[in-house]
Amino acid sequence: MRRYEDRKNVQAKAYYSDRFYKAPHIPRLDFKEDEVFANDVESIGSKFEIKKAYIECEQLVVYIKPQDIVGVMRHLKERLNYNFLSELSAIDWLAKSGEFEIFYQMLSTKKRKRMRVKYFIKEKDAIPSVMEVYKSADWAEREMYDMFGIKILNHHYMKRLLMPDDWHGYPLRKTYPLHGDEEAQWYEIDRIFGKEFRDVIGPEQRDSAKIVKTDTHNFSRIGHEVPFGAPYSEKPTQNDYQEEEGIPIVRKLSKKDSKILKERP
Amino acid sequence: MQKVNRLRPFYENLVFEREDNRMIVNFGPQHPSAHGQLRLILELDGELVTKAIPDIGYLHRGLEKMAENMIYNEFITATDRMDYIASTSNNYGFALAVEKLLDIEVPRRAKVIRMMLLELSRITSHLFWLATHALDVGAMTVFLYAFREREYAMDLFEEYCGARLTHSAIRIGGVPLDLPKGWLEGLEKFIENMPQNIADYEGLLDQNRIWKMRLEEVGIITPQMAQDWGCSGPMLRGSGVAWDIRKEEPYELYDEVEFDVPVTDECDSYGRYKLHMQEMRESLKILKQLIPMYKDTPPEIMAHAPKYISAPKEQIMTQNYSLMQHFVLVTQGMRPPIGEVYVATESPKGELGFYINSQGDPYPYRLKLRAPSFWHTSILQELLVGTYLADVVTIIGNANIVFGEIDR
Repeated sequence: MRRYEDRKNVQAKAYYSDRFYKAPHIPRLDFKEDEVFANDVESIGSKFEIKKAYIECEQLVVYIKPQDIVGVMRHLKERLNYNFLSELSAIDWLAKSGEFEIFYQMLSTKKRKRMRVKYFIKEKDAIPSVMEVYKSADWAEREMYDMFGIKILNHHYMKRLLMPDDWHGYPLRKTYPLHGDEEAQWYEIDRIFGKEFRDVIGPEQRDSAKIVKTDTHNFSRIGHEVPFGAPYSEKPTQNDYQEEEGIPIVRKLSKKDSKILKERP
Repeated sequence: MQKVNRLRPFYENLVFEREDNRMIVNFGPQHPSAHGQLRLILELDGELVTKAIPDIGYLHRGLEKMAENMIYNEFITATDRMDYIASTSNNYGFALAVEKLLDIEVPRRAKVIRMMLLELSRITSHLFWLATHALDVGAMTVFLYAFREREYAMDLFEEYCGARLTHSAIRIGGVPLDLPKGWLEGLEKFIENMPQNIADYEGLLDQNRIWKMRLEEVGIITPQMAQDWGCSGPMLRGSGVAWDIRKEEPYELYDEVEFDVPVTDECDSYGRYKLHMQEMRESLKILKQLIPMYKDTPPEIMAHAPKYISAPKEQIMTQNYSLMQHFVLVTQGMRPPIGEVYVATESPKGELGFYINSQGDPYPYRLKLRAPSFWHTSILQELLVGTYLADVVTIIGNANIVFGEIDR
């Protein structure tokens, strides 16, 4: 029988798992245990709907509704002193529930607290930009669009950030293999030479450990260096340098006469 | 996109004539003072920048994707390639995040060694920054001097872990090696010589007319701007916001050593230059305090957590269960508990954060790298507008950006 492959998540998976092993959870504390966080949750909750809130690893995590995000961000910045948006990105849960989880990592230097705002969206949903509140969201949102294909509304420059503009597919999705899809593998040849050259040039050599000893185009062999592309020769090359009948500026180097220092002067 | 015809060259770098008399210039991606592969699309009115669009991604290697396909220990060597000027700080940021996830405590000696390496890499990074920044602005001598001292610091790294740039000198749960014999003496010598060297750089630059003219009141970041754009590290403290993660959310033994956090409210490039010099002095102060601390620590250097971390080598070689566990950890990898962490550390460039979402598998489900330079590059689109073309070089050099961690 052919091996079953999960097309929705093509990332590396453990090849062996103990069937009785059940991974433990990091303990989640009630948000009321921390006075500052309890205050924050209450303040957000008075204006917006909070789906879930808890403390994990000393940081508050709050789940909200996607349409509230700009309001919550403004509330956090203006009322609750969270003056930094330090990170923003998404997690791909498409294989599990067809959703993306978006998280906003916040920092308050005044309260010395970090918190995370999160929400889920469906695959094709667009989310509003929070750049009007935190300018740092600019590139983070572009990167999120680039890597996951999540569309951002009201963004001033919605373009790919890290990948080229004409790239096909979204690299950080779980459906995207580590070595790239077909478009990615032929990207350079398609753009520079054209699709018809795929057969002429052939696939890229991706084994970084592969060395062809007789290949003098890409490799030179120590002690047997030949000019670029010249046929391979067994004759050892002369390494000590002195031009024949040249001006003796460089004294003939010999390893015997050179001095080896024990430590740096 | 213009179709490239190999026979007819086209000038993609310049748009000579526009109706409003503006010129578009492509600064980079290959430019000696772009500090890597930064492409800036600048709209110029004469020599005044009226619009700037930074374009990145030329060094993108997909580290986050790679992390999802690697076991945790494998990824440490990949983090070296982020901020390759001070790679120990990346190793450390990742190791600390995983340790937080696993909830394990690192032995005291490992903590001291880690702090030594971290502060040493901070000095190396600042020296490199000073050297290249001065070279961009036109001071060749400082470049040579600073690289000489950096070489001594790199020697120490080489002696400790065998590598000069990509250290991988920190493991999840501790450090791989104890300090070699004679290393502390080398460090003491380094600490002894360094203050004089820093004074030398300052002697060359502080009152230098050209240096002052090119740095003073160039690249002004107001405190509000710094906060809005998510600046951190010297870029933030240069704007008068006193926030150093080592001080505010102490990790390792930073709460046991005494050091000051230099802050300046000058907000310009010159202020940030003075800040970097002061930070090197503070790092030396920390290093000095660490030497006696090292001497009275117990000899353990790796945490004891058999579920996640291999036993010491002697034990693996002599005891069957340790060997079996080691085999499982190497071939399959550790399986941390389900949950997510975001851990921020103060790297030489700013807040280096690792967000890890673990689903109990040997591979992280999602790993997000928060690299400080990324945010310091995004501020350029606002910072460069209104400056002169010559100042662009100063501002980029001053921001201390490294493309390994911007593009990841």
